[in-house]
Amino acid sequence: MANFDTPELTESDTVEIPALKSGVMSHSKPFVSKEQFQEPLGFPGELVDNWKDVAVNKLGELLQTNRALQVFMDSCVKCGACTDKCHYFLGTSDPRNMPVARQDLLRSVYRRYFTLPGKYFPKLVGATDLTEDVLDQWYSYFHQCSECRRCSVYCPYGIDTAEITMATRDIMNAVGKGQKYSNEIIGKVFKIGNNLGLPQPALEDTLLGLEEDVKDDTGIDVRFPLDEKGAEVLVVTPSADFFAEPHIDGLIGYAKVFHAAGISWTLSSHASEAANFGLFIGSGENMKRIAMRIREAALDLGVKRIVFGECGHAWRVAYSYLNTLAGPFDFLDPRYPVPQHICEFTYDLIQRGVLTLDKSRNDHRRVTFHDSCNVARASRMGDMPGGQFIIPREIIKATCNHFYDMAPDTIGEGTFCCGGGGGLLTDDLMELRVKGALPRMNALKDVVDEHEVTHMAAICAICKSQFSKVLPYYGFQMDQIVSVHQLVSDALVLDAKQ
Amino acid sequence: MFVTVLFALLFYAATAIFLAGIGMRIARYARTPAPLKIPTTPAPTTRGGVVLRMVTEVVLFNSLFKANKWIWIFGIVFHVALALVLLRHLRYFLDPVPAWVVMIQPFGKYAAFAMVLGLAGLWARRVFVERIRYISSPSDHLMLALLLGIGLTGLAMTYLWHVDITAVKLFFTGLMRFDFNPLPAHPMLLLHLLLVAGLMIIFPFSKLLHAPGVFFSPTRNQVDNPREKRHLTNVKWMVRSEKPAASADQ
Repeated sequence: MANFDTPELTESDTVEIPALKSGVMSHSKPFVSKEQFQEPLGFPGELVDNWKDVAVNKLGELLQTNRALQVFMDSCVKCGACTDKCHYFLGTSDPRNMPVARQDLLRSVYRRYFTLPGKYFPKLVGATDLTEDVLDQWYSYFHQCSECRRCSVYCPYGIDTAEITMATRDIMNAVGKGQKYSNEIIGKVFKIGNNLGLPQPALEDTLLGLEEDVKDDTGIDVRFPLDEKGAEVLVVTPSADFFAEPHIDGLIGYAKVFHAAGISWTLSSHASEAANFGLFIGSGENMKRIAMRIREAALDLGVKRIVFGECGHAWRVAYSYLNTLAGPFDFLDPRYPVPQHICEFTYDLIQRGVLTLDKSRNDHRRVTFHDSCNVARASRMGDMPGGQFIIPREIIKATCNHFYDMAPDTIGEGTFCCGGGGGLLTDDLMELRVKGALPRMNALKDVVDEHEVTHMAAICAICKSQFSKVLPYYGFQMDQIVSVHQLVSDALVLDAKQ
Repeated sequence: MFVTVLFALLFYAATAIFLAGIGMRIARYARTPAPLKIPTTPAPTTRGGVVLRMVTEVVLFNSLFKANKWIWIFGIVFHVALALVLLRHLRYFLDPVPAWVVMIQPFGKYAAFAMVLGLAGLWARRVFVERIRYISSPSDHLMLALLLGIGLTGLAMTYLWHVDITAVKLFFTGLMRFDFNPLPAHPMLLLHLLLVAGLMIIFPFSKLLHAPGVFFSPTRNQVDNPREKRHLTNVKWMVRSEKPAASADQ
């Protein structure tokens, strides 16, 4: 792996725009996916001989089946509004990480093969032939986009780089140049049921172990049910919740909430994963196949509701796409939205006074909240506008006495990505991940300096994994990142009624 | 007479290319399915809300305002001025001239200065701001040159070298009835009209497609209600994998 320097944190909370350093991140590439990981997903095992034709045809097909791509290819006026909005540009200084420049890696090929001026006056309109060099740049720079959609908030035409990144990754998979991390994980989901490849017996052991841990801590029998037919609620959560830190404390939090509310629930070994990496590689077919497991589990277990755990992009796929991909869900209880987020579930219980919370139990923490990009800009919670911003904060405020928000232009709809989303949470991209975290780290430092914040809470498995790894690079401790439901877990009084 | 026929034919061709080009583009945008719900939130949950959001985008450039105040100021000054100038020009095509077109004449006249100013600001950013220079291709500069040329030649005719506008009006109203009236061979006018025809011709093949495009942008025009209403299109991958997904590899 390349050596690199961790960027310096700045003193103020303003976002500094770096001077351009052309090509400094062109070396950054994830491992290429091998045949064994490509084929289960329906992609060629290695770069096909006639890859240029295949790629151009695939682009043509995508243009005809995705209005967003077609409109976004035509509409950009190069106004520059997005140029300082990407965390990877701010962290790396590489101008190709400016959203418009990243898009242009595909747009210049689109212009060359699909527009008249690009065919006859390529130089004039910045059109380029599809060459090996272009494919290389695609592979580098479309794996330096976390599909966080921050740029789409600021674009006057709503051009969403995530859609363009997904399309280009889809094209790369179609010619046999896939990314190992995402594709290997999707393979595991198909074969075993979750990203981590935890088979059913291991899952069962883990959950039994958790029951013992909670019993030791609290003296109370909190259940972690698996594959329990007839339970009211199916909980689908990222598999990191089963053993990674701090994710597992979030899972314990969900279990305690269900216990306190007296609502029966179950996990499923068939759908033991909320994440859907089909989104990251822009593959509708794979996204649909992964989503179907959840429908099958719900039908098989006969549940009435589906609740998703703390995972950003899983929530996007669940909220925005689950109905489309795997629906209709008319066999579930119509009184509840399908699906629900665990935060909506807990917030509702707090609102109704079902949970007894002792805020002082979190007094050793001074907490800020990191809005995860897929939750913030691509989903909703509750029935109020901006509920996805309000509900997690209300939960934190109900469980902690000390809550402080980071600077307004770094949270909410303008939130900065953790730097590890979109299928980039792999050690072969560590330089990118560390540098991409810079804007969030600056905002965190600001509240640490000003309000002595000790912890940052998040509701995304990728954010939590990314921050655990990246915080130490910036002089913070890895355990300063916590689950929102870990705060709930610690504040929840389980024996209140006795 | 030669000039008259030449410009008559040029404007017929330019109008045909402009209308057909835009029409075909809009038809393509409308026909292409949007397989998934991708509004950028916080997004409206009702159709009415979407209309309101679209109005704030198209009229006030709401997202651009959030992004960058300088681009917003120059951008909105240019667009509003252009709109006024275009409306003012209706008097060359309509007979009798509606009262409101008469009313906006003075505003439209001065708007031309604002239009030139806005364009100059946008161009200055493109030249002097490193990031925007980096993303600019020759066509981006040419487009600004073209619009600026149209603005400056128009201003020149209004304030420096006057043209027989009655004759110009006769020429254009004649064109609309396929009746050729002589066009004054005034060099500034001919240059102005040549640039306008050029702009109309390149419109459907250029980034000027942002004008119809913005209305078709799914991140802005979709209703955020996927849990309430199942969104379906008949895109191939949605239909194709219906069966194997359930059993095959599991």
